Amino acid sequence: MQTLAYPCCEKCNHTASTPCRDYIKCRVEGPLCHDDPDCKQKRQDFLAKMYDPEGLTKQILICTGTGCVSSGSQRLIELVREELVKRNLDETVRVRSTGCHGFCEQGPIVIIEPDKTFYTKVKPSDITEIIETDIVGGNKVDRLLYRDPVSGESAVTYETVNFYAKQNRIILNNCGQINPERISQYMAKKGYQALEKVLQTMKPEEVIEEVKKAGLRGRGGAGFPTWLKWNLCRKAQGDKKYVICNADEGDPGAFMDRSVLEGDPHAVIEGMLIGAYAIGADEGYVYCRAEYPLAIERLKIAISQAEKNGLLGKNILNSGFNFHLKIKAGAGAFVCGEETALIASIEGKRGMPKVRPPYPAEKGLWGKPTNINNVETWANVPHILRNGADWYCQFGTPKSKGTKIFALTGKVNNTGLVEVPMGISLREIIFDIGGGIKGNHTFKAVQIGGPSGGCIPEELLDLPVDFDSLSEVGAMIGSGGLVILDDTTCMVDIARFFLTFTQKESCGKCTPCREGTKRMLEILTRITKGEGKPEDLENLETLAGVIKKTSLCGLGQTSPNPVLATLRYFREEYEIHIREKRCPAHACTALLQYHIDNEKCKRCGVCAKNCPVGCIFGDKNNPYEIDSQNCIQCHTCIDKCKFKAITVS
Amino acid sequence: MQWIQLKIDDKKIRVPEKTTILEACRMNNILIPTLCHDPELTNWGACRLCVVEVEGMRNLVTSCTMEVQQGMVVRTSTPDIREARKTILELIVANHDIDCLTCEKMGECELSKYAYEYGVKKDVFQGAKREYELDDSNPFIIRDLNKCILCGKCVRACAEIQVNHVLDYSKRGFETQVGPAFHLPYGESDCVFCGSCLAVCPVGALTEKQMAGKGRPWEVKKIQTTCPFCGTGCNFDLNVRDNKVVGVTSNPGSPVNGRALCVKGRFGVEYIHSPNRLITPMIRKNGELVEAEWYEALELIAERFKTIKEQYGSDSLAALSSARCTNEENYLMQKFMRAVIGTNNVDHCART
Ligand SMILES: Cc1cc2nc3c(=O)[nH]c(=O)nc-3n(C[C@H](O)[C@H](O)[C@H](O)COP(=O)(O)O)c2cc1C
Ligand code: SF4
Ligand code: SF4
Ligand code: SF4
Ligand code: FES
Repeated sequence: MQTLAYPCCEKCNHTASTPCRDYIKCRVEGPLCHDDPDCKQKRQDFLAKMYDPEGLTKQILICTGTGCVSSGSQRLIELVREELVKRNLDETVRVRSTGCHGFCEQGPIVIIEPDKTFYTKVKPSDITEIIETDIVGGNKVDRLLYRDPVSGESAVTYETVNFYAKQNRIILNNCGQINPERISQYMAKKGYQALEKVLQTMKPEEVIEEVKKAGLRGRGGAGFPTWLKWNLCRKAQGDKKYVICNADEGDPGAFMDRSVLEGDPHAVIEGMLIGAYAIGADEGYVYCRAEYPLAIERLKIAISQAEKNGLLGKNILNSGFNFHLKIKAGAGAFVCGEETALIASIEGKRGMPKVRPPYPAEKGLWGKPTNINNVETWANVPHILRNGADWYCQFGTPKSKGTKIFALTGKVNNTGLVEVPMGISLREIIFDIGGGIKGNHTFKAVQIGGPSGGCIPEELLDLPVDFDSLSEVGAMIGSGGLVILDDTTCMVDIARFFLTFTQKESCGKCTPCREGTKRMLEILTRITKGEGKPEDLENLETLAGVIKKTSLCGLGQTSPNPVLATLRYFREEYEIHIREKRCPAHACTALLQYHIDNEKCKRCGVCAKNCPVGCIFGDKNNPYEIDSQNCIQCHTCIDKCKFKAITVS
Repeated sequence: MQWIQLKIDDKKIRVPEKTTILEACRMNNILIPTLCHDPELTNWGACRLCVVEVEGMRNLVTSCTMEVQQGMVVRTSTPDIREARKTILELIVANHDIDCLTCEKMGECELSKYAYEYGVKKDVFQGAKREYELDDSNPFIIRDLNKCILCGKCVRACAEIQVNHVLDYSKRGFETQVGPAFHLPYGESDCVFCGSCLAVCPVGALTEKQMAGKGRPWEVKKIQTTCPFCGTGCNFDLNVRDNKVVGVTSNPGSPVNGRALCVKGRFGVEYIHSPNRLITPMIRKNGELVEAEWYEALELIAERFKTIKEQYGSDSLAALSSARCTNEENYLMQKFMRAVIGTNNVDHCART
């Protein structure tokens, strides 16, 4: 028996071609088909070794999510292994690579279990000390512990890090805890038990009913009730049906889907299996952007392990249910996250949305009824079916159940992935989990929902985060991006940033989106350059209205949101740009004026020498001056002046 | 078939199921502007000009794609709708090379028709415009992407009428364009110059090179005829000005071919007025070809057939007919050989 997934002895005859219906239960409670204390002991030993609650051996968990890998965690694994071998500790101390912890900013992250010690920003040169002080000496390496940015105190275990303490990690629970490349570790964490329960005890309709009772709504943006979609697809006429996992994750800044796929791929596979059973589909696709090579690799491994163990393929767990899963790598266009464009892309066509109806539930991939859900939505499914809808309903609000993962970024102290129950206030996310605003700055707004979302100002920070409350104030959960903006952010500029993205990513099919966003962008750009006209705001609103009302797909329909939301809550800022040709946040470089203070200037001429466009004039006898007509606001002169004689206004 | 009852602009209407709102409107003489719709091509819903209001729907919907439903209430011309259409037209015009003075399409341009109807001025949105080079590297089609409105009709015509799939969209956002793969000019692509794309383009982005400068739509007379090139029997309109054929345009009403034509039918008109063309029979007299009258030539042929048949027998004659002849002509030819000459020696170039 090499891993938990393997047979205990020759009596076990479960294989992919001769599946046993109790395979999953057998692996954690078994053996079930024969009575043998030895075999049982073997299984229990395995489980104990994997999650050693008594702390008999120490485990070093090293994160191998994309963030930590790019800050060098692979090298850490090698070094730790070498170091352990050197000290003859390799038998007693286990090294495990895990998925993302969501706190990538602090990466590479190393955790020592069972102590839960949480080391951050670990460098190769720290390894010897960790082994010596912690593993051997039993003390903490203080300088590598996480220090709270507000209180300045260090947190020894991850449970005491504020960033984690206020979270409610259900979907992310396995990420960072199990090795995503081992199906047995997923099984040890109750993995595939929901599937076994569904296949053995539930009719497809009952599965849909349970998902309905749980109130699960799509995490891909629109919050559409998942059961309703499943039901439509189940009822649609068709000899062949498909399920698709939308792992395109095109929102800039969002990376929860990637983390789930990298850290817990089997949860997504299990969710899809359950959904396919409920709908009556026997084939599925995971559409994942090619920029996520690690997620694709982990998925490939997970699929092949599931196939080998008879959890994908024909006659799964001897239930008669067949399901085959394929991966389709997309070329990374934002619009390919839109379901009809995604389907076109799988079919080998250009990813361009089609008019709905017909909806994919009636006519989807290759013209067959198709159900598409987001990665996080699929990952919720096993939890609901394993623990029941009642358990699930304890999280969230009456209309938005469960948890949601957000990607917290911007001017906040702790950035990363946070999983919180729906209904939590934005204030709690930003100030408790996020540790407040960075530096000496003040909160200005939070941009939520990515390029389709809106900006929420300070006065609405106590708003509960759920699907409906946010759309009431002109924002949306979207894919869960949360960009925190402080007083140095210009709201016109932020609107321009998001519109630049949508305009570039517009598929170009329909007129209002392709041409309209371009004209809006031109107006915004003009405003940030101080060339705005009084009628611009009205023009922006008219255009935005037409684009929202007439665009073909969600990309166009939501593209004016960042502009409309900032106009709604920060109109004054737009007006100041237009009226006074001034950017209150000092962010629009074109509106900055550089001055030399003659009192402070020592006429050293360094600024003039370094100005890349040569627009500073003066000499020993004549005061230095900046020709603001030609100044490109590059800030070089300020950086170079030793006497702080140059100011910007 | 089920009938659907609905209300359009307060008028009660009954149409068969699966009819689109646009079709229902057109059946009832309710005008809806369209730029990307074409009854012969799949519904595309791209230009968004045909938007209407359907009660209960959050956004405006495109009438060209939305099928009617029992009890639907549709409005086609509220101020909101007209405003949205006008804005859409203004947006198209803002990125269109307004070169109407010498544009080949003038008079038949759909964009200018609706711009006129909706009172669209050209300078509402001022900003960037596309700047592409003219593609006139082939003898047949001039492609001016600065006039293209990206309706995608050419893409669908190439794929659905000619089934050649030469054209598609490329790039994204404001830079989106249509054309052959790798932005090749038409002449270097796999285009077979059937001209189907040309026939459906609503603006002056695709125009016929041979007809350039040869006459405005109102100056030419369209005369429907059957193509003489082969036996398929495609119909099209000869465009005639001052008694001269200046070109061919396809006629959607053609029973055999609709708007599909091949390169010869659509573009092969040069020979009509060619000075090298034979216009009378020629008889070789004293080793030289001399112009003759038809009765003279036919008499000579009959005479020679008769003598050959008498001298050497019926089977010494044979006839080979051509795929370029019509069915009727081929029928007559074999009938003539069997009944008049008395032989079964009949063959046809397309027999294999
Ligand atoms: C422009 C655009 C981009 C989208 N991108 C994504 C995406 O990256 N991932 C995703 O799951 N859904 C995306 N969606 C939403 C999908 O179209 C679809 O609604 C979703 O995958 C359905 O899954 P759910 O019901 O589980 O949320 C996008 C929608 C639009 C209009
Ligand atoms: S709204 Fe934008 S992305 Fe969507 S179909 Fe239209 S052009 Fe394409
Ligand atoms: S001429 Fe015919 S083959 Fe060539 S691009 Fe146009 S439709 Fe396609
Ligand atoms: S070339 Fe003509 S038919 Fe083709 S997309 Fe442009 S405007 Fe439409
Ligand atoms: S005609 Fe309906 S969208 Fe173009």
